[in-house]
Amino acid sequence: MRLEYFQLIDRIADLNLAERKISTEATVPSTSTIFEGHFPGFPLMPGVLLVEAMAQTSGWLVVAVNRFGRMAFLAAVKDAKFRMFVTPGQKLAVTAALIHEGSGYAVTKAGITLEGKAICDATLTLRVLDFPNDEMKLRMRETAARVGFPAEVPADG
Amino acid sequence: MSSTFDTIANIIAETCDIPRDSIKPESHAINDLGIDSLDFLDIAFAIDKAFGIKLPLEQWTQEVNDGKATTDQYFVLKNLSTRIDELVAAKGA
Repeated sequence: MRLEYFQLIDRIADLNLAERKISTEATVPSTSTIFEGHFPGFPLMPGVLLVEAMAQTSGWLVVAVNRFGRMAFLAAVKDAKFRMFVTPGQKLAVTAALIHEGSGYAVTKAGITLEGKAICDATLTLRVLDFPNDEMKLRMRETAARVGFPAEVPADG
Repeated sequence: MSSTFDTIANIIAETCDIPRDSIKPESHAINDLGIDSLDFLDIAFAIDKAFGIKLPLEQWTQEVNDGKATTDQYFVLKNLSTRIDELVAAKGA
C-alpha cells in the first residue's frame, strides 16, 4: 500500500472471471503520515481506507468483467462492519465477489481477512461507466500492470 | 393493478422509506416520489433480483437524453410495470 497515493492494493492474487471473484493482497505500511493522526500513540488503519481497499478490489473485478472497456466508480457502501483493529505492517487479504451485474452498475460483496480472520466486510455498489478520457484509461492500464492485472483478460468460463 | 406494480411499490417503499400508501400507479418515481439516480440503483437492483431481469437503465437514459423517449415512459410506475412485464415475457420467450 501507498496510502498517500491511494494505492491500497499491492497485487491481484487471483482473478476468476468464471466465478466472478477476485482476491488481492494489501500490506499496511509500517509508517505513514496518516498514522500520526489516526491515532497519536496508537496507529490504526482507518476504516474508510479499508472500505477503499474493498472498493478498489471490487473495481478491478468489474473492470476485468468488462474487459477493460469500462471503469467502475464507487457509488454506495452498505452494511460495512469493522471487526478488528488493523495496525501497521499487517498483510491483508481482500476479496470481492460480483453478486449482480446491472445496467450501468454492479454490486459486490467484499471482505478483508488477516491470517484467515475476518477484519471487515461490506456490500458495495459501483457505477460502471465509459472511461471519462483516454488519459485515465492509460493510467489505469499502468496501475493494472503494477498490481498484476492479466495483460489479456481470460475469456469467460 | 397488476402484482408487478405492487411488487415495485413495495420495493420503493422499503428501499426509499416512502409510505407505501403514497405510491400510486400514476406516480412518477423521480418527479413525484423524489427518488434520485443513486436510490434508483438500489431499486433497480431489487427489481432485477425480484423479476430475474436486467432493467436496461442505460438504454432508457440514452433514449431520454436523445429525445426519443420521455421519462414518463419509464418512470411513471404503471409504465415501469408494463416495461417489466415485457422484459419478463421476453426472458421466457
